[in-house]
Amino acid sequence: MSILRRVRTILFGDSARAFGTLSVVLLACLAITPAKDHFREWRRYQRNYLNLIRNRGDAATLQRRFEGGLQQTWIPELGVVDRCTTCHVAMKEASLKDVTIQPFRPHPYVPHTLTEFGCTICHRGQGAATSVQEAHHGTLAWEQPVLPARYLESACGQCHWNSLTGTPQLNLGRKLLARYGCVQCHTILVPGQGRMLTTNPAPPLTRIASKTTREWVFAWLKDPPSYAVTATMPNFQLSDADAQDISAFVMDQSVPAPAVPAEALVSAGAPAADPQAGASVYGESFCSSCHATVNAAGMVVGGNVGPELTRIGSKVKPGWLTDWLRGPRNYDPHTQMPHYRFDQKQLSLLAEFLRAKTDSDLLAKVQLQAASATEITHGKALVKERGCASCHEINGVARPENFAPDLTLIGSQSLAKIVFAEGIPHTLPDYLQAKIRKPHSFGKSTKMPQYEFPPAQLDALVTALLSQTERAATLPASLHAAGKRETDYRPAGKAGQLMTDMNCFSCHAINGRGGDMAPDLTWEGSSVQRKWLVDFLKNPNTLRPALIRRMPRFNVTAAEAETLADYVMAVYQTPAFDREEFDSAKSGADEVERGRQLFYSKYACQSCHIVDPKNDKGYIGPTLTQAGRRLNAQWIFQWLKNPQALRPGTVEPNRNMSDEDAHALTSYLMKQNREVARK
Amino acid sequence: MRMASAFVGIALVVCCGCSRTPQAAQAPSAKAFGTAVVEVGGGKQAAAIGTALDQPVVVQVNDAQGAPVASALVSVAVPGGGAATPASGLTGADGQFTATVALGGSSGRYQIVASTRDKNGKTIELRLEEVALGYQEIQGRELSQLYCARCHDPDSTPERVSNHDNLTAKAHAFTEGTVLNAMSEADLASIISHGGPALNRSPEMPPYGYTLGKAEIAALVAYIRAVADPPYRSKGAFYARN
Repeated sequence: MSILRRVRTILFGDSARAFGTLSVVLLACLAITPAKDHFREWRRYQRNYLNLIRNRGDAATLQRRFEGGLQQTWIPELGVVDRCTTCHVAMKEASLKDVTIQPFRPHPYVPHTLTEFGCTICHRGQGAATSVQEAHHGTLAWEQPVLPARYLESACGQCHWNSLTGTPQLNLGRKLLARYGCVQCHTILVPGQGRMLTTNPAPPLTRIASKTTREWVFAWLKDPPSYAVTATMPNFQLSDADAQDISAFVMDQSVPAPAVPAEALVSAGAPAADPQAGASVYGESFCSSCHATVNAAGMVVGGNVGPELTRIGSKVKPGWLTDWLRGPRNYDPHTQMPHYRFDQKQLSLLAEFLRAKTDSDLLAKVQLQAASATEITHGKALVKERGCASCHEINGVARPENFAPDLTLIGSQSLAKIVFAEGIPHTLPDYLQAKIRKPHSFGKSTKMPQYEFPPAQLDALVTALLSQTERAATLPASLHAAGKRETDYRPAGKAGQLMTDMNCFSCHAINGRGGDMAPDLTWEGSSVQRKWLVDFLKNPNTLRPALIRRMPRFNVTAAEAETLADYVMAVYQTPAFDREEFDSAKSGADEVERGRQLFYSKYACQSCHIVDPKNDKGYIGPTLTQAGRRLNAQWIFQWLKNPQALRPGTVEPNRNMSDEDAHALTSYLMKQNREVARK
Repeated sequence: MRMASAFVGIALVVCCGCSRTPQAAQAPSAKAFGTAVVEVGGGKQAAAIGTALDQPVVVQVNDAQGAPVASALVSVAVPGGGAATPASGLTGADGQFTATVALGGSSGRYQIVASTRDKNGKTIELRLEEVALGYQEIQGRELSQLYCARCHDPDSTPERVSNHDNLTAKAHAFTEGTVLNAMSEADLASIISHGGPALNRSPEMPPYGYTLGKAEIAALVAYIRAVADPPYRSKGAFYARN
């Protein structure tokens, strides 16, 4: 006690001592703030940076450009207040690209600048924070931690709805959202365009009883990949009883398909003697351009426009198959399958070939009793509960509205509104990953079905979803780069009917509508010669030897080919030039020879195109052996001048060719009409 | 004194309480030891920053005779914020250990270190080099798939038949560091923009300067640099700290 008393006497013994002591204490208190400021993390980083650059060759320049103190990027119209550059001081110093220690790495090249957008629009995190912890990691007050690098492309997707070459992951994610039916249950709004639409419509079930059996429906519902490994239908994890009831209802609601028009009726056909004959019809018709099969080695071979056919024989009824091949639109008016106009022999060979593609294990264990009325009613209730009609057209069940949560703003979903399943880190990307990977880990009652996406596709889907932010929805419209939206172009008249019947748009695009498997035909009338087109439609030959997807033969009649050719020649003309403009008077033998030399020496066209089948080998571009009877001279001329202007995105490089060279090459190519002479 | 000791006591309790971290999964202990780690597969891959490599990294532990050693402990370290799953484990009956590897968030080369210990506790290491591609390199990769790979990639797939062997001048694969590293970035940009004749080479290489923009050509050059093998004068590699 005596010690305390003595201390008190020393410090506060009289008024002068008390005043002195209090002054010292006050001074110490006043010093706290500057001291704290002096030891701020960012000051340490700035000092470290100055040490780092001290011994470099360009130290003087770097030091001159260095700005100490708190730095801030402020962009009021985007709501950006980013102080990241306070520590990340070398963002713009390209000469430091060998530096690997953070926070001193310069920013790698991206097409935008820091001053334009700041940091957090792309990287997330808390821009205004000045400590490492608060800026990078989520806190109770700030839920957005820095975005992991693997989802970074989602940042681009906030403005870019067009498909950028630099963002393959984002593009894939969006493709998957559209392809796997996500957008059928969930609404995703695209700014200025309305809902994101599916690219892979599910088949209607209104006439399914004529197509397949209840047993197959049951097996399919239980486990889609056991029938087709490429199935896009997810697994709804139904119990046997529920799958039975749904299959009962689906069969019960089915109505008969209208009879196939009489003139197209052909008898089901006797089994073919030669098993290879069916396979060759399958091959000649290029079925595999759209349909996949799993080969003996277990590899999936073929396209993904139509369903996989590996076990088709175990699914479809024989009569339905022949009817379908004869006239697919009869069963499904919106199908992408072309009407092939098979003759009776082709039809029975192909049907026989497909019917043989069976899998005895698929339905071996499926034994269903006849369905009772209660089962059917229960099946209908289940169909409504599971949202089957979101994707499939079903009699008596309307397409549900807002069946699943709207995902337009999912990328900035507040974590407080999310129920995390156990063991999942509390971040938005981790939640999305877990939700897609195992929906049922969030409770048995969740309606979301089970998909089987490999990890890369999961990352892509999460990336696409993370781009759906509030910021994306509120950004100034001038920043939006709109994506391509399919037009609803329909060709008119008799030719239009033929094109619909043969489903040209499944492969070819015209005026912004159609597939990308085959060339865009918007300006086909300016490109080709009418006679060649008629012959080609009747009997398509190979233009691109290296392609495995080719134009099939549709058995069009001479009259149909003429109708189509008339329409193409009259309607699909470019406004950019006149077909007849080319001055062929100047195409003398000298000019042709000069063209030949240009072809083989200056422009080395033979590295990609074949003109002389004996010596030329290149097969990237189309074969030009018949260019003179296939193509229009003025088209060749214009194409040589600027290929991208005629067909945007074509691989042929623009050679910036002079008019003289283009004229000589055109003259040479117009002399190419080899095979015709022989035939 | 009593107060002081109480303070110290409380401080200790608080510190211990705070520093308690969740128990990491117990690494299994090695049941056998080898003398060498060799690569079976998974080296020299390229993937976008932060994403998993397409193929898993597979290494094998061998004994002095070169025979595989089962149940040896292998750990895989990925520098620069990357991760291997699992990060460590025992080799299987074939002496192999497989891990999925995700690279870190910065573009560049990563040296992955697979290590095991021999009988005496000495660490044996194997370093595998992988490439993380940033925005520019990814753009370059996509463009090269579209415009370049048909001639420059000698491998054919059913979807894309290579034109490589149809050319008189053999196009260099972009990984051919021995040749391409000797060319400056300006030369690479020039041959892409103006074609082979710009550098006195074959006209079979057409000019792309009127088809691709400057940024796109720069992206192609960045990609060529990124995947070069042997590496182009390393832009600074990430090395694992042990």
